Amino acid sequence: MKLRRRALYAALAALFLLHNDLPLWNDARLVLGLPVGLVYHLAFCAAAALVMAGLVAWAWPSRLDDDEGGRRR
Amino acid sequence: MTLAVIAGYLLLVLAIGAVSHRLFRGTGEDYFVATRTIGPFVLLMTLFGTHMTAFSLLGASGEAYGRGIGVFALMASSSALVVPAVFFFFGPRLWSLGKRFGYLTQVQFFRDRWGSDGVGLALFAVLVALLVPYLLIGVKGGGITLSQITDGAVPEWVGSLAMCLVVIAYVTAGGLRGTAWANTFQTLVFMGLGAITFAVILERSGGLGAVMARLAAERPELLVRGDLVRPLELLTYTAIPLSVGMFPHMFMHWLTARRAETFRLAIVAYPVCVAIVWLPSVTLGVIGAAQVPGLAGPAASTVLVRMIALHAPGILAGLLAAGVFAAVMSSLDSQVLALSTMFTQDIVRHYGLHDRMSDRLQVLSGRLFVVGIFAVTYLLSLVVDRSIFRLGVWSFSGFAALTPLAVAALFWRRSTRAGAYASVATVATLWTWYVFRAWNEPGYTLGGSGLMPVAVMLAASAAAMVAGSLLSAPPEPRRLARFFPGTTKSLEPLEPGA
Repeated sequence: MKLRRRALYAALAALFLLHNDLPLWNDARLVLGLPVGLVYHLAFCAAAALVMAGLVAWAWPSRLDDDEGGRRR
Repeated sequence: MTLAVIAGYLLLVLAIGAVSHRLFRGTGEDYFVATRTIGPFVLLMTLFGTHMTAFSLLGASGEAYGRGIGVFALMASSSALVVPAVFFFFGPRLWSLGKRFGYLTQVQFFRDRWGSDGVGLALFAVLVALLVPYLLIGVKGGGITLSQITDGAVPEWVGSLAMCLVVIAYVTAGGLRGTAWANTFQTLVFMGLGAITFAVILERSGGLGAVMARLAAERPELLVRGDLVRPLELLTYTAIPLSVGMFPHMFMHWLTARRAETFRLAIVAYPVCVAIVWLPSVTLGVIGAAQVPGLAGPAASTVLVRMIALHAPGILAGLLAAGVFAAVMSSLDSQVLALSTMFTQDIVRHYGLHDRMSDRLQVLSGRLFVVGIFAVTYLLSLVVDRSIFRLGVWSFSGFAALTPLAVAALFWRRSTRAGAYASVATVATLWTWYVFRAWNEPGYTLGGSGLMPVAVMLAASAAAMVAGSLLSAPPEPRRLARFFPGTTKSLEPLEPGA
Protein backbone atom coordinates (compact mmCIF):
# COMPACT_ATOMS: atom_id res chain seq x y z
CA MET A 1 0.00 0.00 0.00
CA LYS A 2 2.82 2.36 0.98
CA LEU A 3 4.61 1.54 -2.27
CA ARG A 4 1.49 2.26 -4.34
CA ARG A 5 1.03 5.57 -2.55
CA ARG A 6 4.61 6.58 -3.26
CA ALA A 7 4.24 5.52 -6.88
CA LEU A 8 1.13 7.68 -7.21
CA TYR A 9 2.85 10.69 -5.65
CA ALA A 10 5.71 10.11 -8.11
CA ALA A 11 3.15 9.99 -10.93
CA LEU A 12 1.85 13.40 -9.81
CA ALA A 13 5.37 14.80 -9.98
CA ALA A 14 5.90 13.19 -13.39
CA LEU A 15 2.69 14.78 -14.69
CA PHE A 16 3.88 18.15 -13.45
CA LEU A 17 7.03 17.73 -15.58
CA LEU A 18 5.15 16.30 -18.57
CA HIS A 19 2.90 19.36 -18.58
CA ASN A 20 5.81 21.26 -20.11
CA ASP A 21 5.63 19.78 -23.62
CA LEU A 22 8.57 21.65 -25.12
CA PRO A 23 9.04 19.26 -28.11
CA LEU A 24 5.56 20.20 -29.40
CA TRP A 25 6.00 23.94 -28.91
CA ASN A 26 6.20 24.85 -32.60
CA ASP A 27 4.62 21.72 -34.04
CA ALA A 28 1.69 22.76 -36.28
CA ARG A 29 0.56 19.23 -37.25
CA LEU A 30 -3.12 18.40 -36.90
CA VAL A 31 -4.13 15.24 -35.05
CA LEU A 32 -7.80 14.23 -35.05
CA GLY A 33 -8.47 17.57 -36.71
CA LEU A 34 -6.94 19.62 -33.88
CA PRO A 35 -3.45 21.09 -33.38
CA VAL A 36 -1.16 18.48 -31.84
CA GLY A 37 -0.30 20.79 -28.93
CA LEU A 38 -3.97 20.93 -27.99
CA VAL A 39 -4.49 17.18 -28.38
CA TYR A 40 -1.49 16.54 -26.13
CA HIS A 41 -3.02 18.61 -23.34
CA LEU A 42 -6.41 16.92 -23.78
CA ALA A 43 -4.64 13.58 -23.33
CA PHE A 44 -2.88 15.10 -20.33
CA CYS A 45 -6.29 15.79 -18.74
CA ALA A 46 -7.24 12.13 -19.25
CA ALA A 47 -3.95 11.01 -17.68
CA ALA A 48 -4.57 13.32 -14.71
CA ALA A 49 -8.01 11.72 -14.21
CA LEU A 50 -6.41 8.26 -14.17
CA VAL A 51 -3.83 9.28 -11.57
CA MET A 52 -6.59 10.85 -9.45
CA ALA A 53 -8.56 7.59 -9.69
CA GLY A 54 -5.47 5.79 -8.42
CA LEU A 55 -5.06 8.25 -5.56
CA VAL A 56 -8.62 7.87 -4.29
CA ALA A 57 -8.39 4.07 -4.66
CA TRP A 58 -5.00 3.42 -3.08
CA ALA A 59 -3.86 6.52 -1.23
CA TRP A 60 -7.10 7.70 0.35
CA PRO A 61 -6.73 9.01 3.93
CA SER A 62 -9.10 6.35 5.28
CA ARG A 63 -8.56 7.59 8.83
CA LEU A 64 -10.89 10.46 7.93
CA ASP A 65 -13.68 8.02 7.04
CA ASP A 66 -12.97 6.17 10.29
CA ASP A 67 -13.39 9.48 12.16
CA GLU A 68 -17.00 9.34 11.01
CA GLY A 69 -17.58 6.16 12.99
CA GLY A 70 -16.77 3.90 10.06
CA ARG A 71 -20.05 4.49 8.31
CA ARG A 72 -20.40 2.71 4.98
CA ARG A 73 -17.06 1.04 5.44
CA MET B 1 -36.85 36.06 -28.80
CA THR B 2 -33.28 35.87 -27.51
CA LEU B 3 -34.21 38.05 -24.54
CA ALA B 4 -37.31 35.96 -23.82
CA VAL B 5 -35.21 32.79 -23.64
CA ILE B 6 -32.73 34.43 -21.25
CA ALA B 7 -35.56 35.81 -19.10
CA GLY B 8 -37.12 32.33 -19.01
CA TYR B 9 -33.82 30.85 -17.88
CA LEU B 10 -33.42 33.41 -15.09
CA LEU B 11 -36.97 32.65 -13.90
CA LEU B 12 -36.12 28.95 -13.83
CA VAL B 13 -33.11 29.62 -11.60
CA LEU B 14 -35.32 31.73 -9.33
CA ALA B 15 -37.78 28.84 -9.11
CA ILE B 16 -34.97 26.54 -7.91
CA GLY B 17 -34.15 29.10 -5.24
CA ALA B 18 -37.81 29.20 -4.21
CA VAL B 19 -38.03 25.40 -3.91
CA SER B 20 -34.85 25.24 -1.82
CA HIS B 21 -36.28 28.00 0.39
CA ARG B 22 -39.16 25.69 1.27
CA LEU B 23 -36.65 23.15 2.57
CA PHE B 24 -34.63 25.74 4.49
CA ARG B 25 -34.45 24.74 8.16
CA GLY B 26 -34.05 28.26 9.47
CA THR B 27 -30.74 27.58 11.23
CA GLY B 28 -27.41 29.28 10.66
CA GLU B 29 -25.75 25.94 9.93
CA ASP B 30 -28.33 25.16 7.26
CA TYR B 31 -28.04 28.60 5.65
CA PHE B 32 -24.23 28.64 5.69
CA VAL B 33 -23.22 24.97 5.09
CA ALA B 34 -26.48 23.15 4.20
CA THR B 35 -26.20 21.19 7.49
CA ARG B 36 -23.29 19.24 5.88
CA THR B 37 -25.56 16.94 3.87
CA ILE B 38 -24.38 17.35 0.26
CA GLY B 39 -23.75 14.13 -1.68
CA PRO B 40 -21.04 13.25 -4.27
CA PHE B 41 -22.74 14.36 -7.48
CA VAL B 42 -24.01 17.70 -6.16
CA LEU B 43 -20.58 18.30 -4.56
CA LEU B 44 -18.85 17.70 -7.90
CA MET B 45 -21.25 19.98 -9.74
CA THR B 46 -21.06 22.76 -7.13
CA LEU B 47 -17.27 22.64 -6.84
CA PHE B 48 -16.83 22.60 -10.60
CA GLY B 49 -19.58 25.13 -11.31
CA THR B 50 -18.23 27.44 -8.64
CA HIS B 51 -14.71 27.24 -10.01
CA MET B 52 -15.70 27.74 -13.65
CA THR B 53 -16.86 31.29 -14.17
CA ALA B 54 -16.83 34.00 -16.81
CA PHE B 55 -13.06 33.47 -16.67
CA SER B 56 -13.41 30.00 -18.19
CA LEU B 57 -15.80 30.98 -20.96
CA LEU B 58 -15.46 34.66 -21.84
CA GLY B 59 -11.96 35.11 -20.39
CA ALA B 60 -10.47 31.94 -21.88
CA SER B 61 -11.93 32.52 -25.34
CA GLY B 62 -10.82 36.17 -25.23
CA GLU B 63 -7.28 35.20 -24.27
CA ALA B 64 -7.14 32.43 -26.90
CA TYR B 65 -8.31 35.01 -29.45
CA GLY B 66 -4.94 36.75 -29.07
CA ARG B 67 -2.63 33.97 -27.86
CA GLY B 68 -3.91 30.81 -29.51
CA ILE B 69 -4.17 27.23 -28.30
CA GLY B 70 -1.47 27.73 -25.65
CA VAL B 71 -4.16 29.13 -23.34
CA PHE B 72 -5.50 25.60 -22.85
CA ALA B 73 -2.14 24.47 -21.46
CA LEU B 74 -1.72 27.62 -19.37
CA MET B 75 -4.95 27.28 -17.42
CA ALA B 76 -6.98 24.19 -18.36
CA SER B 77 -4.60 21.24 -18.28
CA SER B 78 -2.66 22.78 -15.39
CA SER B 79 -5.97 23.03 -13.49
CA ALA B 80 -6.78 19.44 -14.46
CA LEU B 81 -3.71 18.34 -12.50
CA VAL B 82 -3.45 20.87 -9.68
CA VAL B 83 -7.09 21.42 -8.68
CA PRO B 84 -8.06 17.78 -8.02
CA ALA B 85 -4.71 17.27 -6.27
CA VAL B 86 -5.61 20.18 -3.97
CA PHE B 87 -9.06 18.64 -3.42
CA PHE B 88 -7.36 15.35 -2.54
CA PHE B 89 -4.83 16.73 -0.07
CA PHE B 90 -6.89 19.56 1.49
CA GLY B 91 -10.60 18.86 0.99
CA PRO B 92 -11.35 15.78 3.11
CA ARG B 93 -8.95 16.88 5.86
CA LEU B 94 -10.50 20.34 6.16
CA TRP B 95 -13.98 18.85 5.97
CA SER B 96 -13.12 16.49 8.82
CA LEU B 97 -11.80 19.31 11.01
CA GLY B 98 -14.79 21.48 10.07
CA LYS B 99 -17.24 18.81 11.09
CA ARG B 100 -15.42 17.99 14.32
CA PHE B 101 -15.06 21.58 15.49
CA GLY B 102 -18.12 23.13 13.81
CA TYR B 103 -16.33 25.54 11.50
CA LEU B 104 -18.45 27.53 9.08
CA THR B 105 -15.64 29.58 7.53
CA GLN B 106 -12.02 29.37 6.48
CA VAL B 107 -11.08 32.17 8.89
CA GLN B 108 -12.47 30.20 11.86
CA PHE B 109 -10.19 27.30 10.98
CA PHE B 110 -7.02 29.32 10.61
CA ARG B 111 -7.80 31.41 13.72
CA ASP B 112 -8.30 28.28 15.75
CA ARG B 113 -5.35 26.42 14.24
CA TRP B 114 -2.87 29.04 15.38
CA GLY B 115 -4.88 30.42 18.30
CA SER B 116 -4.82 33.96 17.02
CA ASP B 117 -7.62 36.44 16.40
CA GLY B 118 -5.10 38.66 14.62
CA VAL B 119 -4.28 35.99 12.02
CA GLY B 120 -8.01 35.55 11.40
CA LEU B 121 -8.59 39.27 10.99
CA ALA B 122 -5.60 39.78 8.68
CA LEU B 123 -6.68 36.83 6.59
CA PHE B 124 -10.27 38.12 6.41
CA ALA B 125 -9.09 41.46 5.03
CA VAL B 126 -6.79 39.86 2.46
CA LEU B 127 -9.38 37.31 1.31
CA VAL B 128 -12.04 39.99 0.82
CA ALA B 129 -9.61 42.20 -1.12
CA LEU B 130 -8.64 39.31 -3.40
CA LEU B 131 -12.21 38.21 -3.94
CA VAL B 132 -13.39 41.57 -5.26
CA PRO B 133 -11.64 41.23 -8.68
CA TYR B 134 -13.03 37.71 -8.88
CA LEU B 135 -16.56 39.01 -8.25
CA LEU B 136 -16.00 41.69 -10.87
CA ILE B 137 -15.30 38.99 -13.46
CA GLY B 138 -18.79 37.61 -12.96
CA VAL B 139 -20.66 40.89 -12.83
CA LYS B 140 -18.89 42.24 -15.92
CA GLY B 141 -19.35 38.90 -17.71
CA GLY B 142 -23.12 39.04 -17.27
CA GLY B 143 -23.28 42.57 -18.64
CA ILE B 144 -21.06 41.79 -21.63
CA THR B 145 -23.10 38.70 -22.50
CA LEU B 146 -26.49 40.41 -22.50
CA SER B 147 -25.21 43.48 -24.32
CA GLN B 148 -23.45 41.53 -27.08
CA ILE B 149 -26.18 38.96 -27.60
CA THR B 150 -28.74 41.74 -28.10
CA ASP B 151 -26.40 43.69 -30.37
CA GLY B 152 -26.16 46.52 -27.85
CA ALA B 153 -29.93 46.91 -27.38
CA VAL B 154 -29.48 46.06 -23.70
CA PRO B 155 -26.61 48.07 -22.17
CA GLU B 156 -23.95 46.25 -20.15
CA TRP B 157 -25.06 47.86 -16.91
CA VAL B 158 -28.57 46.45 -17.31
CA GLY B 159 -27.25 42.92 -17.87
CA SER B 160 -24.98 43.15 -14.83
CA LEU B 161 -27.79 44.52 -12.70
CA ALA B 162 -30.29 41.85 -13.78
CA MET B 163 -27.86 39.09 -12.97
CA CYS B 164 -26.97 40.57 -9.57
CA LEU B 165 -30.66 40.80 -8.65
CA VAL B 166 -31.38 37.17 -9.61
CA VAL B 167 -28.37 35.87 -7.66
CA ILE B 168 -29.30 38.00 -4.63
CA ALA B 169 -32.82 36.54 -4.74
CA TYR B 170 -31.90 32.86 -4.74
CA VAL B 171 -28.87 33.13 -2.44
CA THR B 172 -30.78 35.01 0.26
CA ALA B 173 -33.77 32.67 -0.11
CA GLY B 174 -32.07 29.30 0.07
CA GLY B 175 -28.60 29.92 1.53
CA LEU B 176 -26.02 27.31 0.65
CA ARG B 177 -28.57 24.58 -0.10
CA GLY B 178 -30.27 26.81 -2.68
CA THR B 179 -26.86 27.80 -4.03
CA ALA B 180 -25.76 24.16 -4.33
CA TRP B 181 -28.94 23.16 -6.16
CA ALA B 182 -28.82 26.17 -8.47
CA ASN B 183 -25.13 25.47 -9.10
CA THR B 184 -25.79 21.85 -10.00
CA PHE B 185 -28.49 22.85 -12.46
CA GLN B 186 -26.41 25.65 -13.91
CA THR B 187 -23.27 23.54 -14.23
CA LEU B 188 -25.19 20.93 -16.21
CA VAL B 189 -26.64 23.75 -18.34
CA PHE B 190 -23.35 25.40 -19.20
CA MET B 191 -21.53 22.12 -19.84
CA GLY B 192 -24.33 20.91 -22.11
CA LEU B 193 -24.87 24.20 -23.89
CA GLY B 194 -21.12 24.72 -24.24
CA ALA B 195 -20.87 21.45 -26.17
CA ILE B 196 -23.88 22.44 -28.31
CA THR B 197 -22.36 25.88 -28.99
CA PHE B 198 -19.13 24.24 -30.11
CA ALA B 199 -20.91 21.79 -32.42
CA VAL B 200 -23.26 24.40 -33.93
CA ILE B 201 -20.52 26.97 -34.64
CA LEU B 202 -18.20 24.36 -36.12
CA GLU B 203 -20.99 22.99 -38.30
CA ARG B 204 -22.01 26.44 -39.54
CA SER B 205 -18.36 27.30 -40.21
CA GLY B 206 -18.00 24.35 -42.57
CA GLY B 207 -16.66 21.75 -40.12
CA LEU B 208 -13.46 21.36 -38.12
CA GLY B 209 -11.32 20.66 -41.18
CA ALA B 210 -12.39 23.82 -43.00
CA VAL B 211 -11.97 25.95 -39.87
CA MET B 212 -8.44 24.67 -39.19
CA ALA B 213 -7.45 25.09 -42.84
CA ARG B 214 -8.57 28.73 -42.75
CA LEU B 215 -6.70 29.32 -39.49
CA ALA B 216 -3.56 27.67 -40.88
CA ALA B 217 -3.72 30.03 -43.83
CA GLU B 218 -4.68 33.26 -42.03
CA ARG B 219 -3.44 32.93 -38.40
CA PRO B 220 -0.99 29.98 -38.24
CA GLU B 221 0.72 31.44 -35.16
CA LEU B 222 -2.42 30.68 -33.09
CA LEU B 223 -2.14 26.91 -33.71
CA VAL B 224 1.21 26.62 -31.90
CA ARG B 225 2.70 28.19 -28.78
CA GLY B 226 5.54 29.88 -30.67
CA ASP B 227 6.34 33.27 -29.19
CA LEU B 228 2.82 33.81 -27.84
CA VAL B 229 3.51 31.68 -24.75
CA ARG B 230 6.94 31.31 -23.22
CA PRO B 231 8.15 28.03 -21.64
CA LEU B 232 8.85 29.69 -18.29
CA GLU B 233 5.37 31.17 -18.36
CA LEU B 234 3.82 27.72 -18.86
CA LEU B 235 5.90 26.32 -16.01
CA THR B 236 5.00 29.06 -13.54
CA TYR B 237 1.34 29.30 -14.58
CA THR B 238 0.96 25.87 -12.98
CA ALA B 239 1.08 27.62 -9.60
CA ILE B 240 -2.05 29.68 -10.31
CA PRO B 241 -4.62 26.86 -9.92
CA LEU B 242 -3.28 26.33 -6.37
CA SER B 243 -5.61 29.24 -5.64
CA VAL B 244 -8.47 26.77 -5.34
CA GLY B 245 -7.04 25.70 -1.99
CA MET B 246 -7.56 29.17 -0.52
CA PHE B 247 -10.81 30.31 -2.16
CA PRO B 248 -13.29 31.02 0.67
CA HIS B 249 -16.18 29.75 -1.48
CA MET B 250 -14.41 26.45 -2.19
CA PHE B 251 -13.68 25.99 1.51
CA MET B 252 -17.35 26.64 2.25
CA HIS B 253 -18.46 24.01 -0.27
CA TRP B 254 -15.97 21.49 1.11
CA LEU B 255 -17.64 21.85 4.50
CA THR B 256 -21.02 20.86 3.03
CA ALA B 257 -19.96 17.30 2.15
CA ARG B 258 -21.87 14.50 3.83
CA ARG B 259 -18.70 12.52 4.59
CA ALA B 260 -15.02 12.42 3.64
CA GLU B 261 -15.50 9.91 0.83
CA THR B 262 -18.03 12.28 -0.80
CA PHE B 263 -14.97 14.00 -2.30
CA ARG B 264 -13.87 10.98 -4.34
CA LEU B 265 -16.08 11.63 -7.36
CA ALA B 266 -15.09 15.30 -7.57
CA ILE B 267 -11.38 14.41 -7.44
CA VAL B 268 -11.57 11.84 -10.24
CA ALA B 269 -14.06 13.61 -12.54
CA TYR B 270 -12.61 17.11 -12.28
CA PRO B 271 -9.93 16.80 -15.04
CA VAL B 272 -12.51 15.48 -17.50
CA CYS B 273 -14.96 18.28 -16.67
CA VAL B 274 -12.21 20.87 -17.20
CA ALA B 275 -11.47 19.50 -20.66
CA ILE B 276 -15.18 19.49 -21.57
CA VAL B 277 -15.56 23.19 -20.75
CA TRP B 278 -12.19 24.60 -21.85
CA LEU B 279 -11.83 22.83 -25.20
CA PRO B 280 -14.82 24.69 -26.74
CA SER B 281 -13.84 27.98 -25.07
CA VAL B 282 -10.25 27.99 -26.31
CA THR B 283 -11.00 26.57 -29.75
CA LEU B 284 -13.85 29.03 -30.39
CA GLY B 285 -11.63 31.91 -29.26
CA VAL B 286 -8.97 30.86 -31.78
CA ILE B 287 -11.55 30.41 -34.54
CA GLY B 288 -12.96 33.83 -33.66
CA ALA B 289 -9.60 35.41 -34.47
CA ALA B 290 -10.22 34.54 -38.11
CA GLN B 291 -13.97 35.11 -38.19
CA VAL B 292 -14.33 38.24 -36.01
CA PRO B 293 -11.00 40.04 -36.41
CA GLY B 294 -10.10 43.40 -34.92
CA LEU B 295 -11.07 42.98 -31.25
CA ALA B 296 -8.44 44.62 -29.05
CA GLY B 297 -7.83 44.71 -25.29
CA PRO B 298 -10.82 43.97 -23.02
CA ALA B 299 -13.08 43.77 -26.11
CA ALA B 300 -11.54 40.37 -26.88
CA SER B 301 -13.57 38.98 -23.93
CA THR B 302 -16.66 39.42 -26.11
CA VAL B 303 -15.49 37.08 -28.89
CA LEU B 304 -17.45 34.02 -27.68
CA VAL B 305 -20.72 35.93 -27.47
CA ARG B 306 -20.05 37.55 -30.87
CA MET B 307 -19.49 34.09 -32.36
CA ILE B 308 -22.78 32.89 -30.88
CA ALA B 309 -24.63 35.91 -32.27
CA LEU B 310 -22.96 35.45 -35.66
CA HIS B 311 -23.71 31.77 -36.10
CA ALA B 312 -26.76 31.08 -33.98
CA PRO B 313 -29.18 33.99 -33.82
CA GLY B 314 -32.65 33.73 -32.27
CA ILE B 315 -33.71 31.05 -29.79
CA LEU B 316 -30.41 29.19 -29.99
CA ALA B 317 -28.52 32.39 -29.19
CA GLY B 318 -30.75 32.86 -26.16
CA LEU B 319 -30.04 29.31 -24.98
CA LEU B 320 -26.32 29.63 -25.54
CA ALA B 321 -26.22 32.99 -23.78
CA ALA B 322 -28.13 31.38 -20.92
CA GLY B 323 -25.24 28.89 -20.75
CA VAL B 324 -22.80 31.78 -20.26
CA PHE B 325 -25.10 33.26 -17.61
CA ALA B 326 -25.22 29.86 -15.90
CA ALA B 327 -21.43 29.70 -15.67
CA VAL B 328 -21.22 33.24 -14.34
CA MET B 329 -24.00 32.96 -11.77
CA SER B 330 -22.89 29.55 -10.47
CA SER B 331 -19.68 31.18 -9.25
CA LEU B 332 -21.01 34.53 -8.22
CA ASP B 333 -23.55 33.03 -5.84
CA SER B 334 -20.99 30.98 -3.90
CA GLN B 335 -18.47 33.80 -3.74
CA VAL B 336 -20.99 36.23 -2.32
CA LEU B 337 -22.40 33.70 0.11
CA ALA B 338 -18.88 32.88 1.32
CA LEU B 339 -18.17 36.57 1.88
CA SER B 340 -21.41 37.07 3.77
CA THR B 341 -20.74 33.98 5.89
CA MET B 342 -17.29 35.28 6.80
CA PHE B 343 -18.66 38.72 7.60
CA THR B 344 -21.40 37.30 9.82
CA GLN B 345 -19.33 34.66 11.60
CA ASP B 346 -15.87 36.21 11.69
CA ILE B 347 -16.68 39.85 12.24
CA VAL B 348 -20.21 40.47 13.52
CA ARG B 349 -20.51 37.34 15.62
CA HIS B 350 -16.90 36.93 16.69
CA TYR B 351 -16.25 40.52 17.67
CA GLY B 352 -19.70 41.82 18.50
CA LEU B 353 -22.55 39.62 19.41
CA HIS B 354 -20.94 36.25 20.27
CA ASP B 355 -23.51 33.79 21.60
CA ARG B 356 -26.19 36.47 21.82
CA MET B 357 -26.66 36.21 18.07
CA SER B 358 -29.64 34.02 17.31
CA ASP B 359 -29.84 31.86 14.18
CA ARG B 360 -32.39 34.28 12.76
CA LEU B 361 -30.10 37.26 13.31
CA GLN B 362 -27.14 35.39 11.75
CA VAL B 363 -29.17 34.64 8.64
CA LEU B 364 -30.41 38.23 8.45
CA SER B 365 -26.87 39.57 8.78
CA GLY B 366 -25.69 37.21 6.06
CA ARG B 367 -28.49 38.31 3.73
CA LEU B 368 -27.81 42.01 4.28
CA PHE B 369 -24.13 41.51 3.56
CA VAL B 370 -24.96 39.69 0.31
CA VAL B 371 -26.93 42.75 -0.83
CA GLY B 372 -24.18 45.13 0.31
CA ILE B 373 -21.31 43.32 -1.39
CA PHE B 374 -23.29 43.08 -4.62
CA ALA B 375 -23.96 46.82 -4.53
CA VAL B 376 -20.24 47.58 -4.16
CA THR B 377 -19.18 45.10 -6.84
CA TYR B 378 -21.82 46.33 -9.24
CA LEU B 379 -20.66 49.94 -8.86
CA LEU B 380 -17.04 48.87 -9.38
CA SER B 381 -18.00 46.97 -12.53
CA LEU B 382 -19.20 50.25 -14.05
CA VAL B 383 -15.76 51.85 -13.77
CA VAL B 384 -13.19 49.03 -14.01
CA ASP B 385 -12.21 48.34 -17.60
CA ARG B 386 -9.85 45.36 -17.69
CA SER B 387 -9.81 42.04 -19.55
CA ILE B 388 -11.71 39.32 -17.70
CA PHE B 389 -8.76 36.96 -18.07
CA ARG B 390 -6.32 39.48 -16.57
CA LEU B 391 -8.58 40.30 -13.63
CA GLY B 392 -8.91 36.58 -12.96
CA VAL B 393 -5.20 35.89 -13.14
CA TRP B 394 -4.43 38.64 -10.61
CA SER B 395 -7.09 37.43 -8.20
CA PHE B 396 -6.02 33.78 -8.51
CA SER B 397 -2.35 34.67 -8.09
CA GLY B 398 -3.03 36.24 -4.72
CA PHE B 399 -5.04 33.27 -3.49
CA ALA B 400 -2.41 30.83 -4.80
CA ALA B 401 0.32 32.68 -2.92
CA LEU B 402 -1.60 32.05 0.34
CA THR B 403 -1.39 28.26 -0.19
CA PRO B 404 1.53 27.82 2.26
CA LEU B 405 -0.94 28.75 5.02
CA ALA B 406 -3.16 25.77 4.22
CA VAL B 407 -0.21 23.41 3.78
CA ALA B 408 1.36 24.49 7.07
CA ALA B 409 -1.93 24.38 8.95
CA LEU B 410 -2.70 20.85 7.82
CA PHE B 411 0.69 19.19 7.59
CA TRP B 412 3.32 21.12 9.57
CA ARG B 413 3.08 20.81 13.32
CA ARG B 414 5.88 23.29 13.94
CA SER B 415 4.09 26.14 12.13
CA THR B 416 3.13 29.06 14.35
CA ARG B 417 1.01 32.19 14.32
CA ALA B 418 4.16 34.26 13.68
CA GLY B 419 4.75 32.26 10.53
CA ALA B 420 1.12 32.78 9.50
CA TYR B 421 1.36 36.54 10.07
CA ALA B 422 4.58 36.69 8.06
CA SER B 423 3.06 34.73 5.20
CA VAL B 424 -0.13 36.83 4.99
CA ALA B 425 1.81 40.10 5.24
CA THR B 426 4.23 38.98 2.52
CA VAL B 427 1.41 38.09 0.14
CA ALA B 428 -0.47 41.34 0.82
CA THR B 429 2.64 43.43 0.22
CA LEU B 430 3.87 41.67 -2.90
CA TRP B 431 0.42 41.37 -4.47
CA THR B 432 -0.27 45.08 -4.01
CA TRP B 433 3.13 45.98 -5.42
CA TYR B 434 2.77 43.74 -8.47
CA VAL B 435 -0.78 44.87 -9.25
CA PHE B 436 0.21 48.54 -9.22
CA ARG B 437 3.38 47.75 -11.15
CA ALA B 438 1.60 45.79 -13.90
CA TRP B 439 -1.92 47.28 -14.00
CA ASN B 440 -1.33 48.96 -17.35
CA GLU B 441 0.90 46.23 -18.76
CA PRO B 442 -1.15 43.28 -20.11
CA GLY B 443 0.81 40.03 -20.07
CA TYR B 444 3.28 41.28 -17.46
CA THR B 445 5.97 38.80 -16.43
CA LEU B 446 9.11 39.49 -14.44
CA GLY B 447 11.56 41.28 -16.66
CA GLY B 448 9.67 39.96 -19.67
CA SER B 449 11.16 36.53 -18.94
CA GLY B 450 7.90 34.61 -18.75
CA LEU B 451 8.23 34.18 -14.97
CA MET B 452 4.79 34.86 -13.51
CA PRO B 453 4.58 37.00 -10.33
CA VAL B 454 2.64 34.18 -8.67
CA ALA B 455 5.82 32.07 -8.54
CA VAL B 456 7.70 34.78 -6.66
CA MET B 457 4.79 35.46 -4.31
CA LEU B 458 4.35 31.75 -3.58
CA ALA B 459 8.05 31.22 -2.84
CA ALA B 460 8.22 34.33 -0.66
CA SER B 461 5.05 33.36 1.22
CA ALA B 462 6.41 29.86 1.90
CA ALA B 463 9.77 31.25 3.01
CA ALA B 464 8.03 33.72 5.33
CA MET B 465 5.95 30.93 6.85
CA VAL B 466 9.03 28.78 7.51
CA ALA B 467 11.18 31.63 8.82
CA GLY B 468 8.44 33.11 10.99
CA SER B 469 7.62 29.73 12.49
CA LEU B 470 11.18 28.65 13.21
CA LEU B 471 12.08 32.00 14.74
CA SER B 472 9.13 31.90 17.16
CA ALA B 473 8.31 29.63 20.09
CA PRO B 474 6.91 26.19 19.18
CA PRO B 475 3.11 25.81 19.37
CA GLU B 476 1.62 24.55 22.61
CA PRO B 477 1.05 20.77 22.79
CA ARG B 478 -2.66 21.12 23.64
CA ARG B 479 -3.32 22.96 20.40
CA LEU B 480 -1.34 20.42 18.39
CA ALA B 481 -3.35 17.61 19.97
CA ARG B 482 -6.49 19.25 18.71
CA PHE B 483 -5.33 19.27 15.10
CA PHE B 484 -3.02 16.27 14.99
CA PRO B 485 -4.84 13.61 17.02
CA GLY B 486 -2.59 10.86 18.31
CA THR B 487 0.43 13.06 18.86
CA THR B 488 -0.65 14.26 22.33
CA LYS B 489 -3.39 13.56 24.82
CA SER B 490 -6.12 16.13 24.93
CA LEU B 491 -8.85 17.07 22.47
CA GLU B 492 -10.49 19.49 24.84
CA PRO B 493 -11.74 22.67 23.14
CA LEU B 494 -9.51 25.69 23.44
CA GLU B 495 -10.66 29.26 23.58
CA PRO B 496 -9.85 31.01 20.30
CA GLY B 497 -6.88 33.21 20.93
CA ALA B 498 -5.68 31.05 23.82
